[in-house]
Amino acid sequence: MGSQLVSAIANRAVILVPYLWLFIFFLVPFGIVLKISLSQTAIAMPPYLPVFGFGDGVSGFIANLRELSFDNYLWLLDDALYFNAYVSSVVIAGVSTFFALLIGYPMAYGMARAPESMRPLLLMLVILPFWTSFLIRVYAWIGILKPEGLLNQFLLWVGVIDTPLQIMNTNTAIYIGIVYSYLPFMVLPLYATLEKMDFSLIEAAQDLGCPPTTAFWKITFPLSLPGVVAGCLLVFIPAIGEFVIPDLLGGSQTLMIGKTLWNEFFSNRDWPVASAVAIVLLLILVVPMMFFQRAQARAQEQGR
Amino acid sequence: MKSLGSIRRSFAPWNDPEAKPYISFERVTKRFGDFTAVNDLSLDIYEREFFALLGASGCGKSTLLRMLAGFEEPTSGRILLEGQDLRGIPPYRRPVNMMFQSYALFPHMTVEANIAFGLKQDGMSKADIASRVAEMLKLVKLEQFAKRKPHQLSGGQRQRVALARSVAKRPKVLLLDEPLGALDKKLREETQFELMDLQQELGLTFVVVTHDQEEAMTMADRIAIMDKGQVMQVATPAEVYEAPSSRFVADFVGNVNMLEGTIAERSDNAATITGASGARIRVENAGEAIEGSTVAFAIRPEKIKVSSKPPAEGATNVMEGEIWDLAYLGDMTVYHVKLSDGQVVKASALNSARTMDDPLSWHDRAWISFAPDAGVVLTR
Ligand SMILES: Nc1ncnc2c1ncn2[C@@H]1O[C@H](COP(=O)(O)OP(=O)(O)OP(=O)(O)O)[C@@H](O)[C@H]1O
Ligand SMILES: [Mg+2]
Repeated sequence: MGSQLVSAIANRAVILVPYLWLFIFFLVPFGIVLKISLSQTAIAMPPYLPVFGFGDGVSGFIANLRELSFDNYLWLLDDALYFNAYVSSVVIAGVSTFFALLIGYPMAYGMARAPESMRPLLLMLVILPFWTSFLIRVYAWIGILKPEGLLNQFLLWVGVIDTPLQIMNTNTAIYIGIVYSYLPFMVLPLYATLEKMDFSLIEAAQDLGCPPTTAFWKITFPLSLPGVVAGCLLVFIPAIGEFVIPDLLGGSQTLMIGKTLWNEFFSNRDWPVASAVAIVLLLILVVPMMFFQRAQARAQEQGR
Repeated sequence: MKSLGSIRRSFAPWNDPEAKPYISFERVTKRFGDFTAVNDLSLDIYEREFFALLGASGCGKSTLLRMLAGFEEPTSGRILLEGQDLRGIPPYRRPVNMMFQSYALFPHMTVEANIAFGLKQDGMSKADIASRVAEMLKLVKLEQFAKRKPHQLSGGQRQRVALARSVAKRPKVLLLDEPLGALDKKLREETQFELMDLQQELGLTFVVVTHDQEEAMTMADRIAIMDKGQVMQVATPAEVYEAPSSRFVADFVGNVNMLEGTIAERSDNAATITGASGARIRVENAGEAIEGSTVAFAIRPEKIKVSSKPPAEGATNVMEGEIWDLAYLGDMTVYHVKLSDGQVVKASALNSARTMDDPLSWHDRAWISFAPDAGVVLTR
């Protein structure tokens, strides 16, 4: 009896762990940010009001609640800067995701079709960049892309161009930076789905009269869709909120929501507006997240 | 020469020196690394033939089919289809369809879409595709499952979808790799006959791999017995069973008693074989075996008569022994008779009457006898 009770409790506890994790590391911070986004800026420490304290008592708590408002969200609607920043972020993230897919798919396909003994090595090579700091790798791109950088020197030497290309401080540099940084997140899920795909399906398609390209579009690609969706979301979601890459590679006129958020926090010290920006960003991201969930569920249902 | 068994139909192009083979394997070898899966194999298959490949697991049957379908190229040798060398022709340009041993059903398509896949590829009209798919679903009895995905089917149902998908295109040559292995006996027998009808009706050439001898016997015009990448014998089912060419084939197909001995004397075709313990076997046709050579006399259990009394005077090939074991199988009884030299011979008797006057039982004295033409002499 006793041991049964213990194991029942243990079972519950095991289920609780992920929820506890979500609660502590997602819901609580989310609640704090949400609350700040509903507060007002103030010259104080912390720089917003009201501040909830444990000594306020019930009446103080209610009074504090009364002071919360949606003013900051209305402000976001008011100023076109924010809207433009969101749109531009989505576009930049979308274009980057597309190119990451374009480059990542052949890579993943090649890896999945490589001899089995080669695959761990190839996988290692994809993960290898993670061993260097992300920041340093982005800095390295400055050295490559700047007017007197490696790329321009090389192109001048080859003779393809006679004046250096202005890549630094343009959106092109941001695309290059994002595609480069997030490519492994595209390649890995794609590789995982392509690798476990049964090659005899392609043989069967060819046997039934499909040339290899048709077989790819009718069999391989549809079957790799769960990997495509996972890879795209893994690139798209962090790319939207990306700050370091646009800050280092993009020009001052680059509009991305991550940069806007940074400016609100650190330049304007406007924590409430910054929090509101973050909450809206989260809402924008929830939509693709739900797609992802749906796709995952469908993939599970298909049994592979 | 007496004919062997009943001939199902008067279709025997392999006996016609004028007939051109439809598919020819010419000294085909296939190596994977240093492993030889198919070893210097030559084989002719004729148009409209129902050809079966029979052999132990790993003997190269699937490899042979895969070379014909175009998924593997022979390491050496040629494969001809209608006289045309197939080397270099990709699978999607060969008039050959294959049913895969692993089924290889497209998991993201319904049963219907799987079957229609090859037809769409051929640019068949929508209406024609629909009617062909319906016909195929009926053939494999999966009408109610048309809208299901492969993962919603049982193993046997998947196998039938794979069969339907490969048959749907009605290719000139259909390669079936274990098409019916996962089906229960009744469904398997029904499908066997339907496949035979289909093949006859459409005039297709079928090459079928099977582990089931009975299935090969039922369906095939000819059977190739394979061992370690080589063909041991190609012949009609009756010939393979009644006139195996080697110890391997005799042993592989059906039950057999192998009595080892030496040819003591030979006159014309007839010969006498002396066993190790001195038992003498008279045979009517000793083939190429020369006097003094070591041979095996192979005789099927049902060709041996068992009796509780010595057979009448003048009977040939009589041996005395003891009932060592017996198994009652319903339609027949199998006796294991231990001869005086210690060898155990299997004999089976049809239970044509419900009760026997004089049933044999364990450790009874028994006599076995067989006619001089009841078995074959094997030198290989
Ligand atoms: N791609 C390959 N690489 C290496 N060895 C292979 C390959 N394909 C087949 N073989 C080997 O060749 C031999 C013949 O294989 P095959 O699949 O033709 O056997 P099979 O007669 O069809 O057997 P089964 O009845 O079990 O299906 C086996 O020993 C197998 O291990
Ligand atoms: Mg096989």
